[in-house]
Amino acid sequence: MSSTLTPVRSKRSALTKGQLPAFAPYVVLALALIVGAAILALVGFNAFGWGIVSAILFAAGLVGWSAVVEGSRKAKDKLATCLVVGSFLIALLPLISVIWTVLVNGVPGLIAPGFLTSSMNGVTGVYDNRAVEDGAPVVGGIYHALLGTIQITLVATVISVPVGLLTAIYLVEYGNDGRLARAITFFVDVMTGIPSIVAGLFAAAFFFAVVGPGTKTGAVAAVALSVLMIPVVVRSSEEMLKIVPNELREAAYALGVRKWRTILKVVIPTAISGIASGVTLAIARVIGETAPILVTAGFATSINNNVFGGWIASLPTFIYTQILNPTSPANPDPSSQRAWGAALVLIILVMVLNLGARLIARIFAPKSGR
Amino acid sequence: MSKRIDVKDLNVYYGDFLAVEDISINIEAKSVTAFIGPSGCGKSTFLRTLNRMHEVLPGARVEGEVLMDGENLYGPGVDPVTVRSQIGMVFQRPNPFPTMSIRDNVLAGVKLNNKKISKGEADVLVERSLQSANLWNEVKDRLEKPGSGLSGGQQQRLCIARAIAVEPQVILMDEPCSALDPISTLAIEDLINDLKDQYTVVIVTHNMQQAARVSDKTAFFNIAGTGKPGKLIEYGNTQNIFSNPTVKATEDYVSGRFG
Repeated sequence: MSSTLTPVRSKRSALTKGQLPAFAPYVVLALALIVGAAILALVGFNAFGWGIVSAILFAAGLVGWSAVVEGSRKAKDKLATCLVVGSFLIALLPLISVIWTVLVNGVPGLIAPGFLTSSMNGVTGVYDNRAVEDGAPVVGGIYHALLGTIQITLVATVISVPVGLLTAIYLVEYGNDGRLARAITFFVDVMTGIPSIVAGLFAAAFFFAVVGPGTKTGAVAAVALSVLMIPVVVRSSEEMLKIVPNELREAAYALGVRKWRTILKVVIPTAISGIASGVTLAIARVIGETAPILVTAGFATSINNNVFGGWIASLPTFIYTQILNPTSPANPDPSSQRAWGAALVLIILVMVLNLGARLIARIFAPKSGR
Repeated sequence: MSKRIDVKDLNVYYGDFLAVEDISINIEAKSVTAFIGPSGCGKSTFLRTLNRMHEVLPGARVEGEVLMDGENLYGPGVDPVTVRSQIGMVFQRPNPFPTMSIRDNVLAGVKLNNKKISKGEADVLVERSLQSANLWNEVKDRLEKPGSGLSGGQQQRLCIARAIAVEPQVILMDEPCSALDPISTLAIEDLINDLKDQYTVVIVTHNMQQAARVSDKTAFFNIAGTGKPGKLIEYGNTQNIFSNPTVKATEDYVSGRFG
């Protein structure tokens, strides 16, 4: 006969405490929803209030039940869990709400024929009145604005990346935390906080002084966006360069490699994935800027392929003008449909850029396979 | 392809702090010299002054002379980069370049300096360096794989191969085995024994058995207390240092009665 100790099957051993059944949260949730609905029915039902009251009831119910059965430690744990999940849901609410609203309002605009391939050139209030009154299709599109946004952002990137990256290299590799490096860091921090309209006014004033009054081109807007982009690029590149281990620099120095070659061929390649994704996020940050473009690039309804001459459209200013000054003041709906469509395109652009940043980070990351 | 190093009255400072005081030592060509001593006594600092790597740290400076076959490394107009291409270094933690393949890691000293090298010459150099580092047989089938995929001991031998590939006169090793297991340590020690046929090797180690096993001469460094400069206490044939030291502090340290 083996004398294996049979495990204690009784409900309570010295090691166990009371435990809520696995279905407890669902029961409490169902009860909270029912009671919440009942309370709300007394004062006048609305979905938002129902959610709030039910959430409070759920938390109170679950924590209370747990305190009775499981003791105070488990109850505190449940309370903390409720708070964390609740905060997360609250934080998520605006995001989902924004995406939902833009999707619902933007899809009709986006799928309208010619929306991505035509500009607003020649589209007047007459067409919009006809669209509303006679049911004709909504004409006009965002081709010119999309093109303008891409051109302006591209030029802004071409300006910001070299300036920002070189600044970061100076700060990390040559600054030695000296007076100049600390001053640069301070001013970069100040630049991060500059209101975007001020950046726009700076670029506008600068070009007025240098080129001539009333200069409004895509290039001016690009300079304004660079003012906003450079500090972001400096900051992210600096962080990425800092986490390159010093051992790699020393390894290169010990091979008799000069400092600038070490930076160019060891430090930057090691950090390139982070730098590239930081740049992509900086682009995503400025692509939706409205105020600086308003004062620097003006409004245009037609395609302008030259960033250095003439007013140029962009998605944010397109949205702004379509909402504020509808093409047909009597029937603003087609304009509003185009604005929402443009907003959807802008959000998709930002999402694509964010996904692109992740992809870039993965592609460039140092490989460690065997 | 190896040179001797003579150090005369060397002081090393970090800012105003005197870290190592008054070192004079003659390191023979084609030999292995070990530096031993307690932590913080300035062995590594002193080792770094032998190829001017201490200058990477802000505020570090030296007084005195370091002569490599009679040429002063600290003479006016001497380029530290040239010094380092003559005196290679292997570090405590293996540090292959993560962005490069095994092959490119070996060729790093050539490629990072943009020297032109034909593919045939590069192949020869890679094989010869990896052979010298006793690593060729383990990696010859995966030269294009990243160097960071190797084991710690293999990575350290890769770093030694990388240092050898630039054909230095002297190789400095700063506790090259302290992050490795005993088997990898043995592989590195065998390698050091082979290397001294061609190179002058200087090794800092905390492991006294290791110093006794691999080195021809041993230098014992000590420090009088925190905040005091490190000093060279005794320097001589390894056998003498371990079996018959002349200074009491050396005897205490090598017999484990330190402190």
